[in-house]
Amino acid sequence: MPELERHSFDVLVIGAGGAGLRAAIEAREHGMRTAVLCKSLFGKAHTVMAEGGIAAAMGNVNSNDNWQVHFRDTMRGGKFLNNWRMAELHAKEAPDRVWELETYGALFDRTKDGRISQRNFGGHEYPRLAHVGDRTGLELIRSLQQKVVSLQQDDFAETGDYESRLKVFQEFTVTDLVLDDGRVAGAFGYWRESGRFVLFEAPAVVLATGGIGKSFKVTSNSWEYTGDGHALALRAGASLINMEFVQFHPTGMVWPPSVKGILVTESVRGDGGVLRNSEGKRFMFDYIPEVFKDKYADNEAEADRWYADPGQNRRPPELLPRDEVARAINSEVKAGRGSEHGGVFLDVSTRLPAEEIMRRLPSMHHQFKELADVDITAQPMEVGPTCHYVMGGVQVDPDTGASSVPGLFAAGEVSGGMHGSNRLGGNSLSDLLVFGRRAGAGASDYVGGLSARPVCSDEAVAEAERTAVAPFSGADGGGENPYTLHMELQQAMNDLVGIIRRAEEMDQAIKRLEELKRRAATVVVEGHRQFNPGWHLALDLRNMLLVSECVARAALLRTESRGGHTRDDFPGMDAEWRRKLLVCRSAGSSVEVVEEPQVPIRSDLLELFEHSELQKYLTADELEG
Amino acid sequence: MGYQGHFRVWRGSDEGGGLEDFTVEVNEGEVVLDVIHRLQATQTPDLAVRWNCKAGKCGSCSAEINGKPRLLCMTRMSVFAEDETVTVTPMRTFPVIRDLVTDVSYNYQKAREIPAFKPPAGVAPGEYRMQQVDVERSQEFRKCIECFLCNNTCHVIRDHEENKESFAGPRFLMRVAELEMHPLDQADRVQEAQSSHGLGLCNITKCCTEVCPEHIKITDNALIPMKERVADRRYDPIVWLGNKLFRNKS
Repeated sequence: MPELERHSFDVLVIGAGGAGLRAAIEAREHGMRTAVLCKSLFGKAHTVMAEGGIAAAMGNVNSNDNWQVHFRDTMRGGKFLNNWRMAELHAKEAPDRVWELETYGALFDRTKDGRISQRNFGGHEYPRLAHVGDRTGLELIRSLQQKVVSLQQDDFAETGDYESRLKVFQEFTVTDLVLDDGRVAGAFGYWRESGRFVLFEAPAVVLATGGIGKSFKVTSNSWEYTGDGHALALRAGASLINMEFVQFHPTGMVWPPSVKGILVTESVRGDGGVLRNSEGKRFMFDYIPEVFKDKYADNEAEADRWYADPGQNRRPPELLPRDEVARAINSEVKAGRGSEHGGVFLDVSTRLPAEEIMRRLPSMHHQFKELADVDITAQPMEVGPTCHYVMGGVQVDPDTGASSVPGLFAAGEVSGGMHGSNRLGGNSLSDLLVFGRRAGAGASDYVGGLSARPVCSDEAVAEAERTAVAPFSGADGGGENPYTLHMELQQAMNDLVGIIRRAEEMDQAIKRLEELKRRAATVVVEGHRQFNPGWHLALDLRNMLLVSECVARAALLRTESRGGHTRDDFPGMDAEWRRKLLVCRSAGSSVEVVEEPQVPIRSDLLELFEHSELQKYLTADELEG
Repeated sequence: MGYQGHFRVWRGSDEGGGLEDFTVEVNEGEVVLDVIHRLQATQTPDLAVRWNCKAGKCGSCSAEINGKPRLLCMTRMSVFAEDETVTVTPMRTFPVIRDLVTDVSYNYQKAREIPAFKPPAGVAPGEYRMQQVDVERSQEFRKCIECFLCNNTCHVIRDHEENKESFAGPRFLMRVAELEMHPLDQADRVQEAQSSHGLGLCNITKCCTEVCPEHIKITDNALIPMKERVADRRYDPIVWLGNKLFRNKS
């Protein structure tokens, strides 16, 4: 066996999307020797897929906007299950994080007076999303990538080495964290290209690995989204919260089959697009839930007036939070009023001039033209719900991103709490920046306070290596194909723990997951370790199974419907459940889920809401107190 | 309707390799990447291919299809006849790692050689003011998904390994243009475009523009305007004379 490659850093960031890069920039600026490990090439992370924009209450388009309004919208969107402190920090700091991007070279679309333009989006009271057409995620990742390069250029000027303080390791996958007496000591993984193993010794790790969508069949997520960070955290002893809340984006492509699930940005609706069923009816008016009745128009005339005069009219119901719209589409299709391919129609062609569509939604135009032969300036799109985002993740300290495991931090989609039971569109990109920066700073402060470095033991490293090569031996003689197992997992999660859930189906899902776990232990792959996708999938499968189990077990326990968790057998929202978090922890080869009390909302933040609104969410004794 | 399609896929490593023939199911609406994935799942589990978003947004799955540089995820099977053999090979300009995956580190190296955005001194974050019409020029270039198909197709480096040292390629010459046209960038990038990044080697054959999946007009909007700026600076006789005179005096 060739000698193990070893590197030593102060802070290790796993993941190179928005959160990971912002964390790395912060750690480097705190003087830490920092490494970024990315599963793909630098600049390809899933953040590029974000389309609509980044939510920040800058008040450039409507000067009534401020952090309090943004905070309120975020809490409403999450049905008050959000960690209030995270929602507060996020609303307060998002504008600074956006402005900072301009100093990195980002070029957002502008208002007439030259400031950053902001667009409407579901659940946001005012136009709030800074954007670049419908490719905002690309702008964000490129700006951060270019800032990383710029810091490397500074380091080169000073030390003669671009990578003396901040180094990016591309196409590198972490398979296990290494602990020393319960503290983070490093991470073990492999180069995708060569399959060679590497040990990173570092006292602090920031997880920024994104989500879990690849466990579902219809998803907007790329192959990387296999819940790696969620699983690494669990195995290291950290807790996950809110795992039952999975966001199904209402508008994914449904046709042709090979593109099913690819995202259609919410900006289509923000910019005037409407949803219609096969009878041509704008059906969203039938689906305005009680809690939102006074904020959304109940007729087309008022809804249409809102675009020009938002002060005097209520918002169109197409702009309800995503969970509401996804459920409505699901119901229409079930009732037999769907499109030919099992979706509904999203139409912007009759709402905006072709030229305007091309200017505001260029990548949607391109995507439909190239992949579906549909010209969105002349025809409606066929859309349906697609698994998009997991609200659940590592339970962290809001201010520093620290998990319960010393030295382990998390930011972005892999962390939990910020979005409660449902994330608003546009709040993800801002989340990445606000909490990426905080986790980078948190990790740096932690390392600065250490008196001695933890050590990676030879036994722990040998164990990680054994696990990683296991799929080549197929020792148990089962010979399961990882691709087959993955497809079965995706099907099971889609069918049994999908957008609408029932107890019997989730019971069934848990049994299926147990069976898949058993079979996965005998998975076998062909070939050798050099760039071998079958092997990579076999290793990712372990994470997907663990995380899927969290989703299924937590979803079974929560006997209410809220945000990204809809129970057919418990259709109502229950104020008692708002006070409870379901916390997942690793227990042997399985997952244990326990109820824990939710942190009560600070009183001055509660005062931002009308009493009548709080009555919809809080219990009677909470309201008294 | 599904049919059995004929594929020839290059398999091998830096030590060599060749085309292998496959017969594989193709279904309605699929793209080449779907078929490559089907090969992985059913016939060649270790076939190496780079991909991420499968929606033309990340620029990972660049390769050559029947000799043309393209994204595997944005090339629909319906553009080929059912009896046509579809040949998929790795990008030729970059060294092969394995199968369809190439070593694109050249591009990351070049990215580092372009000096970063230089923010205006004394303008606080939040105080940046720019007009839409002024940012649009650079915004077009920032649509780039870094698939590197333009650099792959550019004959300056495709056929001349020796030029890689001195030539940034269309992608990064366009990055220079993007920064040069950024309304608030404070650096002067014109001389360096020629002297450090090899702008002079480009002879505007527009091959880069042709293969750009984002339809960025690389040649017309980035490279030619940069060449004009260089020419104005270096070869305009009045500017030349002025430079001469003032330099002599000082």
